[in-house]
Amino acid sequence: MKKITEMLKKVFSKKYRQRTVSYLIVVLAYLIIETAIKTGSISNTIKSLLVPTCSYIVAALALNLLIGYLGDLCLGQAGFMAVGAFFGAVASVFFSRFISGDVPVLILAIIVGGIAAGLCGALIGIPVLKLQGDYLAIVTLAFCQIIKTLLLNLYVGIDSKGLHFSFITDNTNMDPDGILVIKGAIGANVTKKLSSFTAGILLILFALFIIHNLINSKHGRAIQACRDNKIAASSVGISVSRYKLLVFVISAVLTGMAGTLYGLGFSSFKASKFDFNLSILILVYVVLGGLGNMTGTIISTTLLLVIPEALRAFNDYRMIIYSIVLIAVMLISNNAMIMYYLKQFKDHLKKMFPKRRTE
Amino acid sequence: MKKLLVVLLSVLCVLSLAGCSGGGSGDDNTGTGDGGTVVKIGGSGPLTGPAAQYGIAVKTGAEIAVEEINALGGLQFELNILDDEHDGEKAVNCYAQLTDWGMDVSMLCVTTGPSLAVADMYQEDGVFAMTPSGSSPDIIAKGDHIFRMCFADPEQGVAAADYMAEKGLGTKVFIFTKSDDEYSTGVAASFKNEAAAKGLEVVGEYLFTSDNATDFPAAQAQEAGAEIVFLPLYYEDDTKIIKACQDLGYNPVFFGVDGFDGALEQEGVDVAMFEGVYYLTPFAYSAPDEATQSFTAKFNAKLGNNPNQFAADGYDVVYAIYNALTAGGATADMTTEELNAIMMEQFKTLNYSGLTGEGMTWDASGAVVKAPLVFRIESGALVAAD
Repeated sequence: MKKITEMLKKVFSKKYRQRTVSYLIVVLAYLIIETAIKTGSISNTIKSLLVPTCSYIVAALALNLLIGYLGDLCLGQAGFMAVGAFFGAVASVFFSRFISGDVPVLILAIIVGGIAAGLCGALIGIPVLKLQGDYLAIVTLAFCQIIKTLLLNLYVGIDSKGLHFSFITDNTNMDPDGILVIKGAIGANVTKKLSSFTAGILLILFALFIIHNLINSKHGRAIQACRDNKIAASSVGISVSRYKLLVFVISAVLTGMAGTLYGLGFSSFKASKFDFNLSILILVYVVLGGLGNMTGTIISTTLLLVIPEALRAFNDYRMIIYSIVLIAVMLISNNAMIMYYLKQFKDHLKKMFPKRRTE
Repeated sequence: MKKLLVVLLSVLCVLSLAGCSGGGSGDDNTGTGDGGTVVKIGGSGPLTGPAAQYGIAVKTGAEIAVEEINALGGLQFELNILDDEHDGEKAVNCYAQLTDWGMDVSMLCVTTGPSLAVADMYQEDGVFAMTPSGSSPDIIAKGDHIFRMCFADPEQGVAAADYMAEKGLGTKVFIFTKSDDEYSTGVAASFKNEAAAKGLEVVGEYLFTSDNATDFPAAQAQEAGAEIVFLPLYYEDDTKIIKACQDLGYNPVFFGVDGFDGALEQEGVDVAMFEGVYYLTPFAYSAPDEATQSFTAKFNAKLGNNPNQFAADGYDVVYAIYNALTAGGATADMTTEELNAIMMEQFKTLNYSGLTGEGMTWDASGAVVKAPLVFRIESGALVAAD
């Protein structure tokens, strides 16, 4: 009993509180929604939003690691997601030829998607991480465009002889039993939707685990040192470029995994979905959630995905209202006056419920 | 401070989720198609964004048909076309909302990409769906009760090449293709195949994407000596390309496909530039028959412009569904599965004459059988080209 209370105390201590809260929110949300699904009290609208929301959350968490802890702005998230989605789609069709059972195929596909995106991250990261700020943002933006254009012209088919690739025109020449998984501009066709809400939640927990453990380690402190003062960091022997690449690749891997989860949640998706707008959208989730704040990112992503659907009742004015909500939230969360009143309210609460100091 | 904000946000989040599910459960919370006094027709299309014109046209066309049918007093319809922003992900959300609403029969989606994203779900859930204008052959291949009202992309490419060769419009063809649009690439690919078979020479092709659809190198077509410029595109791009060619003083034969529809209705564009353009369409609002004229008048009263092919497709889908349902003796209290079975049976033999064709029939794959028509623009109006 004593051990348990001690553990609880540790888990909720100042050092670990943020992590614990983020895990708890995810698990709690899972339990609530899963119960609602089981009892049938949830609408199809919410159900259809679950998997995309999980993917966006993971992508936003990965971007928050990059912006919040490394301090570099990256606008290539959509590109990494696209790589993950398309490689994951091919991998899922390929592996399902040999493995029966959805779960192992999904796990393999997510791993393949993550590795592919990670390789792309390393490929783009090595030459460009010497750049900073706006320059890096523009280069990653260009990277996103390149990926989109390449995928728009890619044809990949699978038949009994293996994988067939062709570019710009469809020259895959497959056996009659072959399936064309990626069809240029038409996009990818997945034979079976493998992503589930449970898989999405597990991926979020995995991403949180990686991010929290990274930023609270020796390496994490080095990463934050690079962000705060590059010169000071390198003067104490931290290899700035090495850490930048490390974080960039980890972020790319997680985003790729999110992309696979997203892609396998739909039976068909197009490369043109993964454009500049998607990168900006993920950036909005991160900024609204707070730089370096993982719990905030999860909540803001969920909120901003649900609002446009909840506003369908407004028909033609839906997107205008959504934009107004976006502006209002950004203004409110940065308004000193409102923050001051909130702080007063919080202090008032503190007085009403004085905390017992045991430490 | 941050934490408090987090709490506030989470409260908001829960509230909006609650609002969402509350809105979704709707008036009769009985799930898909059980009971009710009307047949609920659902669907989605781009009502906002760059492709909005197509979604709005289909929606308005379908609304006119539903109003006419409901005025007859027999089987009553209720229509719900949601906005999918021409995005597969949003189309899936729309599908979910439609099932919450209690959809019985569906018009699938207006555009191809979203149709592909949701067709599987219709097939799985056993809802009959007919797309008014999703022209990729991949859509109906997704299932046995996914049908189509418009031509397939390859059919258009073939018809265009055949017409050019038969009427001797020229032998050297230059193509402008939008490489990130499956409609454009689909038509262009089949055109190139058929052109080779018919002895037409494709002297060049310019590929562009939606990101660089501004400056068109008309000189490329001119230098290649093209007599025909083939435009498997939507009308915005068609207009820009025709303008670019004419600015050079280069006047080949322009040949568009059904995406050209709507070019004459643009605001601030001098329609004189389209003089002599050929294009394929199954519907022309200027056709003298009574059905077309009455439809054009009603459409004009609603939106203030002339209907295009998409509007007619939307109208025809509702009527085809209505004809099949009445012929099969369907009633509004049937379940989605029963309605689907009736539709499947009726569409084997249905012979429907509407705005976009006479005596249309459907084959087992769900494709419509009708002849594409070539029109020519003469003094700002559509004339059937012979």
